[in-house]
Amino acid sequence: MKVNGTIILLAENTTLLNFLKAQSFDINTIAVERNGEIIPRSAYKNVILYDEDTLEIVRFVGGG
Amino acid sequence: MIIEINGKKMDLTYQTAFEAREQIGNETDIVILNGFQIENDCKLSANDTLTIIRKGTMPKKAELESMMMARHTPTVHKRIKKGKVAIAGLGGLGSNIAVMLARIGVGELLLVDFDIVEPSNLNRQNYYISHLGMPKTVALNKQLKEINPFIKIETQNKKVTEANILELFNGYDIICEAFDQPEAKSMLVNLALNQLPNIKIVSASGMAGYESSNLIKTMKPMKRLYVCGDMENGAEIGKGLMAPRVQICAGHQANLVLRLLLGIEDI
Repeated sequence: MKVNGTIILLAENTTLLNFLKAQSFDINTIAVERNGEIIPRSAYKNVILYDEDTLEIVRFVGGG
Repeated sequence: MIIEINGKKMDLTYQTAFEAREQIGNETDIVILNGFQIENDCKLSANDTLTIIRKGTMPKKAELESMMMARHTPTVHKRIKKGKVAIAGLGGLGSNIAVMLARIGVGELLLVDFDIVEPSNLNRQNYYISHLGMPKTVALNKQLKEINPFIKIETQNKKVTEANILELFNGYDIICEAFDQPEAKSMLVNLALNQLPNIKIVSASGMAGYESSNLIKTMKPMKRLYVCGDMENGAEIGKGLMAPRVQICAGHQANLVLRLLLGIEDI
């Protein structure tokens, strides 16, 4: 699977939510696009990731 | 030969810019030809934009707008005057973005914030002592009207929530995400991309402290999402937010808005 331009190996098919948790993302401060489509936060637990997927994960830090 | 002089298209026989100045104005008037203030005479060509400004006098309202936009690259103003841009959050990013977009004459601005101006805002936000205690929407609206009275400004003195994103931002070309809290940034970006199928978002992440200016970049991580910032340096205990980097980031956002309104989608 490609994540932010880097190819990573998926050990097994997992949900997006579990993947994000394993990578220590705070799901309240990110936005995720899979294969060009924004994924609503409520769908993270239902989306299954596959090797051929491309993810873009944007993490927001505070300040403005 | 058709030439636009001070905002009006005219059929003229003048061969040079200074010849036009001699006829219309006087010797000490400023002459701006196609966005550039000229010191030496230049030959005129059809469809040139010429602005002749007398210093120290108030022009007629009909001429003022073209004079204010005389230093723009030609054709830019007409195109961005059709632009509709919403600014969500009127703090260090949003207040400065709003001023820049008003200066360049973006036709319609929506200013959204629920907060009032307080003293700790003044180290980076575009407000004055006289604005303390005023709603940011009111304080900024007053300033923008002084900067450019030829644009339409709407204000919404409310908090952006999951429930009102569609209603607030529907119909705008671009949202500038200019919030402070990462949760609010994420909420707006997620919901606006989901609910508004044509919207483009110009967001910001990472402009705290006094790290190098050169770390701040414009990125396009998603189809309709642009992010400006260094992506790393968040505001936290021990790391403040100050005018220079916040304004650099606001400048990235404003220039990207300008590019998008001109149809340029590359970063």
